[in-house]
Amino acid sequence: MATMVGNLIEEVVVQLLRDAVTTLPPDVVQALRRAESRETSEVARSQLRTILDNIDAADRLAVPMCQDTGVHVFYVTGPVDASVEESIRSGVARATEEIPLRPNAVHPLTRENPGTNVAVGLPHIVHYPTDDEFLEITVLPKGAGSENMTALAMLSPADGISGVKRFILDTVVRAGGRPCPPTIVGVGIGGTSDLAVSLAKEALLRPLDLPNIDPELAALEDQLTEALNLTGIGPMGLGGDTTVLGVRVSTAYCHTASLPVAVNLQCWAARRATARIYPDGRVRFGRSPFDP
Amino acid sequence: MILKAPLSEEEVRSLRVGQQVSVDGTVFIGRDEVHMRALELHGQGKLLPVDLEDGILYHCGPIVKRDSKGWKVIAAGPTTSARMNALEPDFIREFGIRAIIGKGGMSRPTVEAMREHGCVYLAFTGGAAVLAAQGISRVRGVEWLDLGMPEALWIVEAKGLGPLTVAIDAHGNSLYEMVEERVQESLPAVRLRLGL
Repeated sequence: MATMVGNLIEEVVVQLLRDAVTTLPPDVVQALRRAESRETSEVARSQLRTILDNIDAADRLAVPMCQDTGVHVFYVTGPVDASVEESIRSGVARATEEIPLRPNAVHPLTRENPGTNVAVGLPHIVHYPTDDEFLEITVLPKGAGSENMTALAMLSPADGISGVKRFILDTVVRAGGRPCPPTIVGVGIGGTSDLAVSLAKEALLRPLDLPNIDPELAALEDQLTEALNLTGIGPMGLGGDTTVLGVRVSTAYCHTASLPVAVNLQCWAARRATARIYPDGRVRFGRSPFDP
Repeated sequence: MILKAPLSEEEVRSLRVGQQVSVDGTVFIGRDEVHMRALELHGQGKLLPVDLEDGILYHCGPIVKRDSKGWKVIAAGPTTSARMNALEPDFIREFGIRAIIGKGGMSRPTVEAMREHGCVYLAFTGGAAVLAAQGISRVRGVEWLDLGMPEALWIVEAKGLGPLTVAIDAHGNSLYEMVEERVQESLPAVRLRLGL
């Protein structure tokens, strides 16, 4: 299937990136609007108003809402072969030219910039093979302001849930205004060190209006959201009641001697888009893997 | 209140933390690599391609597109200023800039350099890239394009760039430090809420 629809995949990737960087998913816009109406601090309200005005302007003009159009993380499920990766890479290069996206991908040491956002390791493509007949592609453009605040702790099992909460709180407080709050806090608990970080990022794909299916984790997310908003960091770190829009937790089993926990912050420009490509060439577009 | 570049020391010293302003006139866009190259050239006794004295520096890596009529800024929100913390005090002292536009604030040594020289930090809402582009009427030039689009030194004309909040003034006050103090004070209540 993948080889048959190579050009279609490339087209879809360009469209996904265009949707993601020019318009925000409705759950994120709704959360920002609600925050603006609830804020008691004048500086904070002004920051949120500017954010909402900017979202409207980007949507109207069909241009990227933020100049940091990120590096591109793709989650792909379904029948995957090597050509899918090739199509995604050519889609990213085309989108960089056409939308345009900022050419962010550089060599880590020489800082050489190929200008296309396509190079060794980028875009980052995560595959989950499934028996579905459709190919599902989700893109998460990740800006550096929030990504640079990522933190991992290899806690002791004895630290338990208190240790996990303390680490999340410390990470958000240390980040302050740098990750462009209000943020969404992605948390990965368990797995190996690398899996914990992956879980934290992937947790960001779940819309803000979709509760965790695990009731205990849902309660933990609510408690953390409420507590983190008591810190007073506020929009852009200028003070206020809205530091986070939500907390998203994902877990995996881990070694009996380990308790990994990772935090991956997402700026208010929580950009994501998903498409399903069916064997007959039909495409359905949505804003997360939960809604196509 | 509208600040028109170039700025005088007196004008800058009259500003206070919390005030809202916008900017007109020439703005220099530069971030990490611009700081490094400018200070390196200066250290070698070489001149920069532009005169930054009394100017406004914008921490930003824009998306800029070139067509038949020249360069056009598509999106140009602020970048995280803290990355320039180590270089900014020297940059302020050596090149004499009067205002920095950015996001997230800067550390104490920069606040001190701003107090000594007469320079302010103007916070722009992070990610508000389209509103920022609307506040930039044209691109006057670009230097050091070999550093790549986000890292090059862009010289632009601003018209109503804002709204900006004076977040560090020229008297040693930082809104970020005030918020940080309140955050530290809030932590016992936050920990209690988390059952810690």
